[in-house]
Amino acid sequence: MPEAPKEDALRPFDEMLEPDGTVRMAYGQYGEWLDSTSKEFLNKKNSLADMMFRRLGITFTVYGDEAATERMIPFDIIPRIIDPQEWDFLSRGAIQRVDALNAFLDDVYHDQAILKAGRIPPELVLNNDAFRPEMLDLDLPRRVYAHIAGVDVVRTGEREFYVLEDNVRTPSGVSYMLENRQTMMRLFPDLFSMHNVAPIERYPTELRSNLRAIAPIGVDDPNVVLMTPGQLNSAYFEHAFLATEMGIELVEGQDLFVDDGLVFMRTTAGPKRVDVIYRRIDDDFLDPLTFRPDSMLGVPGLLSVVRRGRVSVVNAIGTGVADDKAMYVYVPEMIRFYLGEEPILQNVPTYQLRDPSDYKYVLENLENLVVKEVHGSGGYGMLVGPTSTKKEREDYALRLKANPEAFIAQPTLSLSTCPTYVEQGVAPRHVDLRPFVLSGQRTTVMPGGLTRVALNEGSLVVNSSQGGGTKDTWVLER
Amino acid sequence: MLSRTADNLYWLGRYVERVENTARLLAGTQRLSLMPIPKEEQGDLWRNLFQSDSERAAFEVLHDKYDELPVIDFMAFDRANSSSIRSCLFAARENVRGARHVLTTEISQCINETWMNTKDCTLDQVVEQGTQEYLDSVKECTHLLRGVIYGTMRRGEPFMFWDLGTTLERAENTTRLLLARSASFHRASRRDDGFDFYRWGTFLRSANTYSAFRQLYRELDPVSVADLMILNTQIPRSLLACVEDTAEILRTLKREAACADMSEQLAAELRTLSLDSVFRDGLAGFLHDFRKRIHVISDQIRQDFIMVR
Repeated sequence: MPEAPKEDALRPFDEMLEPDGTVRMAYGQYGEWLDSTSKEFLNKKNSLADMMFRRLGITFTVYGDEAATERMIPFDIIPRIIDPQEWDFLSRGAIQRVDALNAFLDDVYHDQAILKAGRIPPELVLNNDAFRPEMLDLDLPRRVYAHIAGVDVVRTGEREFYVLEDNVRTPSGVSYMLENRQTMMRLFPDLFSMHNVAPIERYPTELRSNLRAIAPIGVDDPNVVLMTPGQLNSAYFEHAFLATEMGIELVEGQDLFVDDGLVFMRTTAGPKRVDVIYRRIDDDFLDPLTFRPDSMLGVPGLLSVVRRGRVSVVNAIGTGVADDKAMYVYVPEMIRFYLGEEPILQNVPTYQLRDPSDYKYVLENLENLVVKEVHGSGGYGMLVGPTSTKKEREDYALRLKANPEAFIAQPTLSLSTCPTYVEQGVAPRHVDLRPFVLSGQRTTVMPGGLTRVALNEGSLVVNSSQGGGTKDTWVLER
Repeated sequence: MLSRTADNLYWLGRYVERVENTARLLAGTQRLSLMPIPKEEQGDLWRNLFQSDSERAAFEVLHDKYDELPVIDFMAFDRANSSSIRSCLFAARENVRGARHVLTTEISQCINETWMNTKDCTLDQVVEQGTQEYLDSVKECTHLLRGVIYGTMRRGEPFMFWDLGTTLERAENTTRLLLARSASFHRASRRDDGFDFYRWGTFLRSANTYSAFRQLYRELDPVSVADLMILNTQIPRSLLACVEDTAEILRTLKREAACADMSEQLAAELRTLSLDSVFRDGLAGFLHDFRKRIHVISDQIRQDFIMVR
């Protein structure tokens, strides 16, 4: 059974202020600026930010009725600031983790050495829904599977960071990272001349050059496209944004077809070969001939072209087996096994309900734990023990008893807080961080990432579907 | 470029142009209705804006009389009417979203702002604030949008498909405008009370061609008006200018395209057209035939660019 982390549940770690109220180093200059800035000024900037995002059209459209209501993820005008040492630690940790995950994926679709060595129970991998036997023995360019990864990190103390989960399927949010920065630079140019903020604007260029680098063998000038489920998808803005920034075509499944062992797109000048597909569609919907037959979003026959090595799909098909919540607990083991290193970033201690002693502990301590579905995402279907009612816990316990394998539990971490602009003024709110890691040529991470903030007082849930917002994340350069 | 994206841009051009034209049509008709109109024309004024059985049927499901307010409500705000100003702006915005990656941020921001400013307009509000002011603001939006596209987009295939949609829709709209008043072209009445002058002046203004007309023609008579609107290539909305522009764009897009041949053929026929014979055989008949030719060209464009095998 894992050991509970050391933490002071009563007083969360604040990233700006020490317990005695002094301003931490990273926030030194910002703190002074904030003190000398009026509430009216912030109010004005806040409404301006709101208008800028609306004009950009970064909205979710909730379709279905003609009124087409549109919602926006709230943006917080106060930046989160990370000092150079902290970032050095975080970025090394995130890169290490993604390198291990890529090595793991290459291994489980080839020799399965880690399973043979008994370091991970084989059935957890081989019986996993996200494991794709179709990908076995297929050699991918540069042996990279997760070209784009989002590693969700939370902080609980001065030197305490935990990885909450790895996202190596189709992680989203990078457009918010980039747009948040653009918006902040327009709103507060003075702050940028005061601070040495590490730039992140090269992300699309770097992604594009990675995508070109993993084209099928023999293709010199690859046609790279971004594949979206379509305009109704809630992340469509991001898909269009990235296609624009990279200068590549934005395609839907209906624009692609397979002929003569190759993938083509329909253009005004007839069919044109496609070499690299950065897809933002789940595996299940990619190819109705192999996966879900009812999918209208995919391309029939796509997998057969992938198998022949004539098109590269990014992230690779079958990466889901590495970021499943049941696999999460083994990531430190992967780091040791493949890289021969100790993990830089820690896992959150995790109870697996398929283990009888963990099962017993979880059922007896529901009010102190967060329970999640192994295959869930987006903050749906989870139980946050400390804020739940007795009735909710009893109902949840019934679900756990019916299918223990489907759940994991973790202690409720006291996530760090950052100053946040709220109706009453500036107040601490809980945050997490998703740095984006790119692999292809070499593994890199953009300085910063997407900071998500739980805008409701005391809330620990940062998901946008549950009242979360975003912040610009500043990594200060030395 | 991707066929679907080309289609998005083509329809963006069409919808924006349609919005502007509907606004012009409504503004012009309303101005005309302020005059003491001969009795036999009164009932037709608003009814003539509807030019097919299906258009009339759609209107008659909701309203029982072709009066100013119901017609404005239907043509500007009705969500069920896919050609209403509101519906066209929505569709224009969706097409911008679909082709977002080949458009500039300025274009996207412009359509978002237009949509935010107009989506909640209702007939009651607009009547209270002045219908002409509302219609002017709609026209301004379309000018702005066109200006942003013209001023910020690179001149390549995406731009040409937008331009193509614009010119074809223009051809259809001028046809619509002429058809709505085609009976007036044949009416012999030559009254000296200034009504004819007002009528033709209003008509020309709703096509934004009044001052051009004054510069180019001497007499304000039906044949001169028809000449301007059908054959004068200095007028960007004349039928011949639209067809010539269409042919030129198509030829640039694809030298050997069948739709380019068809457009050039139509332009050649128009250049040798005799307005006397058009007036003798009936203007409405000519316009209906012209519209059919435009539809055939539009279908061929789909074959040549969108459904390419």
